[in-house]
Amino acid sequence: MEIAGQVLVLIGAIFLFLGSLGIIRMPDVFNRLQAGTKATTLGALSLIIGVGLMNTAFLWKAIVLVVFVVLTNPISSSTIARASYKMKVPMFKGTIKKMEESFLEEEEK
Amino acid sequence: MIITISLILIGIAVFLSFLRLLIGPTVSDRLLAADTLTTITAASIVLVAFVLGRLIYMDVAIVYAVIGFVGVVTVARYLEGGI
Repeated sequence: MEIAGQVLVLIGAIFLFLGSLGIIRMPDVFNRLQAGTKATTLGALSLIIGVGLMNTAFLWKAIVLVVFVVLTNPISSSTIARASYKMKVPMFKGTIKKMEESFLEEEEK
Repeated sequence: MIITISLILIGIAVFLSFLRLLIGPTVSDRLLAADTLTTITAASIVLVAFVLGRLIYMDVAIVYAVIGFVGVVTVARYLEGGI
């Protein structure tokens, strides 16, 4: 139990570090959203569950926090993506624009 | 040992996200960096609660996650023009 918790904590910290490295590295707002939200969600999930496994008194509140983070982090990511798309933030120059045109047609109807 | 390595990694992660919060070219970059900082801080509060052995800090982490989510969604809706 102790070893599994420590391994989960280490995996979570590595994923948090990789997510923020992607935030620095990626060229575009939408690419940064991919790196900064998904990797960070997995990292926080793994780290909090690992802490709950290492000390069993923390487990129930850890489960509550994990459920909340997993439910609300995609919502905030989607809201940021929608806002920056409607503000017409400039995209990376290699972006394929096919999906965007279909989305624009659906908006006009 | 593993806890120390994890705390160092989380410190580097906070530094990189804060760098993006400072130099971000658009408003969306800064908002995204703030959202990531919220999640990283909630996770690190849980780790600090384990290190110090205090169960009450878990409540602090839960409330911090709630308030950060509401703040990010509010600012994003304001930028979109919904409010």
